[in-house]
This record gives sequence, structure tokens and C-alpha cells, in this order.
Amino acid sequence: MVENRPFITFLSHAVLILGVLIVAFPLYVTFIASTHTLEAIVQVPMPLLPGDQLIENYRQVLTAGTTTGSRASVASMLFNSTVMALAIPLGKIAISVISAFAIVYFRFPARMFFFWMIFVTLMLPVEVRIIPTFKVIADLGMLNTYAGLTVPLIASATATFLFRQFFMTVPDELAEAARVDGAGPMRFFWDVLLPLSKTTMAALFVIQFIYGWNQYLWPLLITTDESMYTTVIGIKRMIVGSDAANEWNLIMATAILAMLPPALVVMLMQRWFVKGLVETEK
Amino acid sequence: MEKRVVFRSAWLPYALVAPQIAITIVFFFWPAVQAVWYSFQLQDAFGLKTQFVGLQNFAALFKDGNYLESFKTTALFSALVAFFGIAISLLLATMADRVLRGAMAYKTLLIWPYAVAPAVAGVLWAFLFAPSIRIVTYVLRGFGVDWNWIIDPDQAMLLVVIASVWKQISYNFLFFLAGLQSIPRSLIEAAAIDGASPFRRFWTIVFPLLSPTTFFLLVVNIVYAFFETFGVIDATTQGGPGQATQILVYKVYHDGVKAADLGGSSAQSVILMFIVIALTVAQFRFIERKVQY
Repeated sequence: MVENRPFITFLSHAVLILGVLIVAFPLYVTFIASTHTLEAIVQVPMPLLPGDQLIENYRQVLTAGTTTGSRASVASMLFNSTVMALAIPLGKIAISVISAFAIVYFRFPARMFFFWMIFVTLMLPVEVRIIPTFKVIADLGMLNTYAGLTVPLIASATATFLFRQFFMTVPDELAEAARVDGAGPMRFFWDVLLPLSKTTMAALFVIQFIYGWNQYLWPLLITTDESMYTTVIGIKRMIVGSDAANEWNLIMATAILAMLPPALVVMLMQRWFVKGLVETEK
Repeated sequence: MEKRVVFRSAWLPYALVAPQIAITIVFFFWPAVQAVWYSFQLQDAFGLKTQFVGLQNFAALFKDGNYLESFKTTALFSALVAFFGIAISLLLATMADRVLRGAMAYKTLLIWPYAVAPAVAGVLWAFLFAPSIRIVTYVLRGFGVDWNWIIDPDQAMLLVVIASVWKQISYNFLFFLAGLQSIPRSLIEAAAIDGASPFRRFWTIVFPLLSPTTFFLLVVNIVYAFFETFGVIDATTQGGPGQATQILVYKVYHDGVKAADLGGSSAQSVILMFIVIALTVAQFRFIERKVQY
């Protein structure tokens, strides 16, 4: 602190507290709505203190879903979301770390060509190639499958770059020493490079977990079967037509369940999260 | 930058890049090529016959008032999201950088919206602002504001902007906080000794030194508003009322999936690709500049 100005310190705290409250307000109302009966919520004004339907609402969505909108149970949606949120980061890390290894530690004719090929994918987000990608998935018979949900999303230039950047900082002496000791490239990769990459992997995992969990457009396109819905898609499918027709108490309970896992990951693994966020953008 | 020490193998490097390259070709290049190919074609209503029409799809798009309107909507939407997202998080980050007590707690309580899916963020805010008298609507009515985003285009735009900004604040906040903490304290102390007020110090020292971060966040926020807000819009207004919140990405989806206009939608995809390329180049220009510092 440069100087002591009590008023400004007070003002800073006031602004921050206000900020935290505004940011948390939607979450609070969502939680309150998930603890009431539908009749209580549609009253004007809606109650702002918790009700007594907490267990009842959550039990209902987890086992049976809503009655007016989608009937898929949220337990199966949470399972699908978990599959996406685990398969995408693990797949991404696996294929990126080996391709970065090849690009950094080998000299081969097509090296730069492959490098640019991976690089260009940065410029082709899913949103830009919606229809043709959907057609490819349909032609391959991957609609409504876990493979269709995850495989197209695991190729990523950012992860490859992150590992490439990290490998560049690994001292050459290590590779030299490994070679002198008679270790082949794969031995060096497993015993030296991978253990060194642990923190990079952890950071990447946290970011990609959230990315996978929160996917929207992709599962929206390729899942038509209720049993394949992810939680985020499920919420959307529970909202049918007009406002009055929706079971908002159940939708809000699902929303809480959809937010909980990634929010916990962000807050509990904050160190990795911040590292991953800052590094993937470099 | 190249490695001095490399391994030699005729086949191993190819085997190592193969999985990534295979996925890239099947799910990135092949669809992208198809998008370009479809954009030159016209399909009949039943998808039975296609005809090569050259640039006609593009010409039709730029004559289409709806499409040009969607451009304007996207520009307005991304400008609002980027401006408010950056301004609010800069304010919060500056305050968080000042306080000594509770800084960690504030940080934790401000970053969690990053974890919320855009579609869920949309649902939360649409619920708060629901025209059938939900909590914010009720308060607004108390102030004499008649709130109904389902029929009022400006209010619909405001709703999707609020939801999108809310979700993005945590990201901007973290980057600003990191930027602020890397500014040498000696500079600020020197200015304080010369008698500059905190306000003056912010505008003449801190803000200019933050400009690389601000520029970077500007590009990231525009990309975010262009593409990732799809979920927010689909979960709330679905582009309506009329076309008031139909951003370009939503229109690609709407025309391609719902209206099944393959040629027109693909032509829009191709135009979007060019926009992404321009934004990516802008982002990399920024990184090059940072390296030279």
C-alpha cells in the first residue's frame, strides 16, 4: 500500500462487496427457487428465503426429471456431462502431448507442414462449421454416441502449443544425458518429459474439464436421444414454450446441479485454474 | 527456437502426430472444405438436387436485409459485451489490487461464474427478468419500468448483454489483476511522493501500463461475444423478438439447422471463417508486440 487513505480503502471494500453480491445474486435466487414448490415460486413477489422442498425437488430431478419438458433423469445427464468433462481433457492431453513431443524432439520432412496444419485449427471453431461437421458425424454413424460427443472436440491447437512451449523450456542437457545413457526417444518421453509436464497437464485438465462440462452447441446438434443429453442441454430441453408452463423449481434445481461441479473445480483448484487460464492464452 | 538435441527415427514422429492429424483432417479440414463447397451450391427444397451457382449465395446474402441487420446486431452486441465486461472487471480488479485484507476471498467469490455454462447463465438471468413478474421485473415495476424482453427488442438485447457480461467478468478480472500486480510498485510510489492523487495515478500510470492487457482482453471478449455467446442467446431470446438479438453465429445455426438452407448457411460460415482469421491475426500481432517489449 502506497499511502494510508481510510476512505479509499473503505470505498474499495464497498465496491468489491457490491460486486460480489451482484455476481452472486442470480445464484442465490436460483438456489432459493430450487427449494420451493412451483406454486410458491410463481407468486408475486417470489420468496427470497429458502423453502422446505430442497430434498424433494432434488430427488425428483435426479431420479425422474421434469414432467412437462424433457423426462430424462438428471442423474443420467450428470453422468453424460461427466463423460464429456473427463474424456475431452484426457483425450486432448494424450494426443497433444505426443504430437508436441514429435514436433519438438524430432526433425522430419513434414514437420512444419503438420505444425501449421494443427495451428490452422485455431481458426475453425465448431460454431463456424456447424452444418458440415454435423454431416460428417452423421455419415460416420456417430450421432447419439459418446464418441461423437467427445472425439471431434479433442483435437486442439492450444493444448499442443502449450506443451510445445513447455518442452522448449526443458534443458537440452536432459535429452543429451538420456541419449548418452542409451535411452531411446520413448524412454526419454516416459521417464523424463512426462513427469516434468505434470503441472502443465494439471492446469490444462482444469480448463478443459470446464470446457467439456459446459459444451452446448455440439451436444445440442448431435444428441436427439434423451438418454444422451448432457446437463446443460437438459436444462434447455426442460424449458418448453411459455413461462407459465415450466416447472421452474425443478429447472433451477437442475441448474444448481449443472453449476456445482465446474464451480467447485474452479474454486478448489484455483491455483491450477489460474495457471491454465493464463498459459493457454499465451 | 529449435532444439539442439533431437532424436532420430524414420517412422516414430509420424506415428506420434498421427492421432491429432487424423482428427484434425476428419473433423476440421474435411467439414471446412465442405462448407466452402456448399457455399457455391444451391440446393432445392427437398435436398434432392444441387446446382453449382458460383458466388450467387454470397451475392444473395449481401443483398439480404436480414443478413446485414444481423451484422449490425453482432457489432452492437459485441461492442456492448466487450465494453461493459472490460470496464466492470477493471474497476473490480483495481479495487482488489488495493485492498490488503480479504483479497483472496474476493478473488474466489468473483471467479466462479467462469465455470457456469453460457446457456445456464442465460437461463438464470432470463428467470430473474421473466416478464411474468419475477424478482427483477417486480422491482423494476416498482420504479415504473414496464419490463418485457419477450416483446421489447432493446430489453432483449440488454438481457443477453447482461448475461454474457456476467459470465465473462471473472475471466477479465483475473487477467487485469495479474496485469496490475506486475506493475512495479516503485512507479506508483514515485507518483505518490510527487503528490499525484490515486485517481490521477490510475489514469496516467496504471491504465497506460495495462494497455497490452486491455487490448488482449478486447480481442478475447469480441471473440467471446461472436461465438461463445451462442448458448446465452439460444437459451433466452433465440434471436428474437423479430431479429433483435440474432447474432451471426445464431443465424448460421438458424438458417442451416432450422430453415435447412444449406447453401446460404454455408456461405455465412465461410464469411465467419474470414472474421475468425482476422481476429486470430489481430491476437497474434498483439503477442508479437508483447514479445518485443
